[in-house]
Amino acid sequence: MTSMPFWRRYARFFGPDPAADVQEEIGFHLEAKAEDLIRQGLTPDAARKEAKRQFGDLREVQRMGQQIGKKSERRKRLRDYWSDLIHDVRYTFRTLRRDPGFAVISVAILAVAIGANIAVFSVVNTLLLRPLPFPHANELVWIAPPPTSCGWSCATYSADGYDEFRAESRVYQDVTGYEAFSTPENFRLTGRGQPVPATGIEVIGNFFQVLGVQPAMGRLFTPEETHIGVVPDSTGTSVVLLSNAYWRRQFHSDPALVGQAIELNGAPVTVVGVLPETFDYGAVFAPGSKVDFFVPLNLDKERMWGNIVTLVGRLKPGVTVAQAVDDANRVAPDLYFNTKYPQSRGQYKGNMVPVPLKDYVSGKLRRSLIALWLAVGTILLIAGVNLSNLLLARTAARAKEFAMRGALGAGRGRIVRQLLMESLVLSGAGAGLGLGLALGLIRWLAHGESLALPLLSALRIDGQALAWTISIAILTALIFGLLPGLRMASGNLQGVLKDSGAGAGLGRHHERIRSVLVITEIALACVLLVSAGLLLRSFTRVLQVDLGFQPNQAASMNVWYNDSAPTEKESIAKRGEIFQEILARVGAIPGVQAVGISDYLPLGPNRSWDTPLPKGKTYVPGELPEPLVYVITPGFIRAMGIPLRGRDFTWADGPNSERVIIINASMARRFWPGEDPVGKILMRGDEEDHVVGVVDDVHEESVESIVGAQVYYPAIQQGPSRAQLVVRSSLPPAALAPTVLRALRELNPNQPAVEFRPIRTIVDHAVSPRRFFMLLVAAFAGIGLLLATLGIYGVISYSVARQTQEIGVRMALGATAKRVQRQVLANTLRLAVSGIALGALIAIVVARAIASLLFATSPWDLPSFVGMAMALLLVALVSGYVPARRASGINPMEALRNN
Amino acid sequence: MSLPKLEFLRGTLDVLILKSLVWGPQHGYGITTFIRRQSDDALLIEEGTLYPALWRLESRGWLAGEWGLSENNRKAKFYRLTSEGRRRLREEVKTWEAYAVAVAKVLAATRLPEPEEV
Repeated sequence: MTSMPFWRRYARFFGPDPAADVQEEIGFHLEAKAEDLIRQGLTPDAARKEAKRQFGDLREVQRMGQQIGKKSERRKRLRDYWSDLIHDVRYTFRTLRRDPGFAVISVAILAVAIGANIAVFSVVNTLLLRPLPFPHANELVWIAPPPTSCGWSCATYSADGYDEFRAESRVYQDVTGYEAFSTPENFRLTGRGQPVPATGIEVIGNFFQVLGVQPAMGRLFTPEETHIGVVPDSTGTSVVLLSNAYWRRQFHSDPALVGQAIELNGAPVTVVGVLPETFDYGAVFAPGSKVDFFVPLNLDKERMWGNIVTLVGRLKPGVTVAQAVDDANRVAPDLYFNTKYPQSRGQYKGNMVPVPLKDYVSGKLRRSLIALWLAVGTILLIAGVNLSNLLLARTAARAKEFAMRGALGAGRGRIVRQLLMESLVLSGAGAGLGLGLALGLIRWLAHGESLALPLLSALRIDGQALAWTISIAILTALIFGLLPGLRMASGNLQGVLKDSGAGAGLGRHHERIRSVLVITEIALACVLLVSAGLLLRSFTRVLQVDLGFQPNQAASMNVWYNDSAPTEKESIAKRGEIFQEILARVGAIPGVQAVGISDYLPLGPNRSWDTPLPKGKTYVPGELPEPLVYVITPGFIRAMGIPLRGRDFTWADGPNSERVIIINASMARRFWPGEDPVGKILMRGDEEDHVVGVVDDVHEESVESIVGAQVYYPAIQQGPSRAQLVVRSSLPPAALAPTVLRALRELNPNQPAVEFRPIRTIVDHAVSPRRFFMLLVAAFAGIGLLLATLGIYGVISYSVARQTQEIGVRMALGATAKRVQRQVLANTLRLAVSGIALGALIAIVVARAIASLLFATSPWDLPSFVGMAMALLLVALVSGYVPARRASGINPMEALRNN
Repeated sequence: MSLPKLEFLRGTLDVLILKSLVWGPQHGYGITTFIRRQSDDALLIEEGTLYPALWRLESRGWLAGEWGLSENNRKAKFYRLTSEGRRRLREEVKTWEAYAVAVAKVLAATRLPEPEEV
């Protein structure tokens, strides 16, 4: 074999062609054979024919040849690709090891940004995107009236209302509900040593069936059990379903518990089942609270009680919410509040509005969550710009290396690929670390019980979150890695090679791009800072709201008492004695300033009874609001720190004396506008209630809502359903708790060891969602500020390094160190001011978009904007100062000699 | 030619091809010629099986193909043993020889072997 002439090398110039190769190879064979045959004496024609005949099935062989050829060609290409790729990866790791500072900083930046993104995405996914944790959750609707001011009593329905609605509606598979007025620790688990407080919810018997919850062990309630209820009258056959967490915590996951009896409030109750771990009642219906068990609600017993149940329905498949609304409008006018009273027909007209359960649970949070998502997206953007900036600085420094590679034959595509690979490796590492960060954050959130946000217990990092992680990591790498890559590839390589000095034209060009990037970064940080500032201002405004009571230095405790007596009258008398005794004992404890009892506390459950009317005036029904009702003892108003005009109740306001009430300021304005309500009479049916005092408005539903009418009744004239002891003392609650508990135990040995809750925690709990969002946005703003600082520092110190020689010349010509410093700082400020100006413009738009999230704060809030500008300027000055110092320390002689 | 045309045992062709390339690169036609001459015309290789075998060996990496010029200056595809091919050849030859010896032993038998002792 002799070697090929040069032109043959171009035979496959346009890429490999296996078919032609096979054709040529076989062609040569046939010719060679034919020549041999001619030599043996055959005619050329015959020889060619004979050669072909001997070869056999020519076409088949050709076909096989092409197939094998194509396959090996593919394999070869793949092999080349992988070997290049592996080479790139290896090279990347090598270069990154050479510059560990850069690698660590970029990975850290990306890890924080990506981690925050995964965590927020998981929250958004759980609260907004994922369906509720029930089968066919989109069929579930929440049925409630439009928002009103009379509290939970106006958001619930009577037993008759429920029965009729369920019977008359045509769009539901079934309708269920639960008793809405239960408070935490409303039960005592007894019969196991010291009584332990527990939280139970009364649910209609089909509750779990409608939600589609299957028991982990045992069974659900049966329809018959719905009519037995929790408190066994005599038979003791009531039943209970335990939540999974309670079963594990209180009963040590005892598998034999199902079918056995436990004791609640001193009466035996049979455990019929344990609910699955996936069912978390609090997460869906009562954010931030935990429920230990469920008991069937006795609708018959509650029939006379008024509005007590909230409704949840499961629509028939294919029925839309709009159809359900129409159906409810058809049914509602014919419903009776109580079938015994014909005049109660139509009370629910327009008051039954089905909305998707999901909207009820998380609809209010939608805006906040979207804002949070955008904030965290901005962080990723800033981090990306920062990474881009860092990569650009590196490529500038590595310009020669790339120019050399280019000169040695590396294609531009190859160099861009190399740069992309670097950013991919960085963002991959960032994503991995970020995932770890997010896991920690998510675990913290999922177990933060004090946070009143729904569905948090269902929070986890799932496949979707992982997919999100991977996609944002790759996207970041592509977008922010591509910019330096393209810059590099389009640069004039020969120019770089020829150029020897540091003050190359390419450097100047890079600096301009980097300045634009830094300005972008500052502008984005600006938007975050303004948003955080506005939210922070809103939060402080919320904390400044006059709650109507003094939450500090007061604590509350659930008190148990036994006022059972043969007659109502005796029962009231007995209760009066018990309360008086409790208050006397607890009030005598050293350090206690005031003590009182109420059945409900502010910012918790509440209820109304009816609409009382001022005596001697006539009103159209519905003209006056239904006030919220609190049944309290003397001393409660002082213990809560509620300002009072007139007099408090006294123990002399007994069952047989004149009936007295205290009303709040809103009610006074509404019922007796322009008059002094003290001494006025309020009519409840035929009953006369004398107003003896007026108190400030107490925020009952939430800190941010407007307060409606409230009325306080004395506990010894009305029947309170429970007792919350409130103690005001300068001593810390934890120090006071044992003494108070001992006093209560002496009076009632059945008093469980309940928690002594500072009233402040009730307020904290109520404002926790706002605090949560504010803290997160503030944290993101902090991160944004930090990244912007890094960006400014990077650009300024790079430009100082690049201009070393120039600065040296100027100093040699007489420029003072101060002047050089001023120059560098001026450059820094120019960047910062441009960024702030741009950012302020965007922030104005953003602030108006989030106006609905603000509380008593204008989106034009000047302090937020000024604060942002000051913070950024300060940070810019600090990050510019370090390079400025370095610049002024340049030795002119050395700088000039170094070139 | 009194000898019958011999059929190839499976795998035989591969080892013959590898062997014929020991002295240097050769094209397909050269390989058939080599085997025919070396076996005194006893082994005739069908082209229809030779070329697929060559391509298979090439794609396995035992042979490397390259284009070159033949003795009479025509473009032809030459095959060369790769180091992997060389290793393969040594193994195949060993197997083949062991096989041939075993077969020969059996065929040379003159009497029944002694019963094996247990």
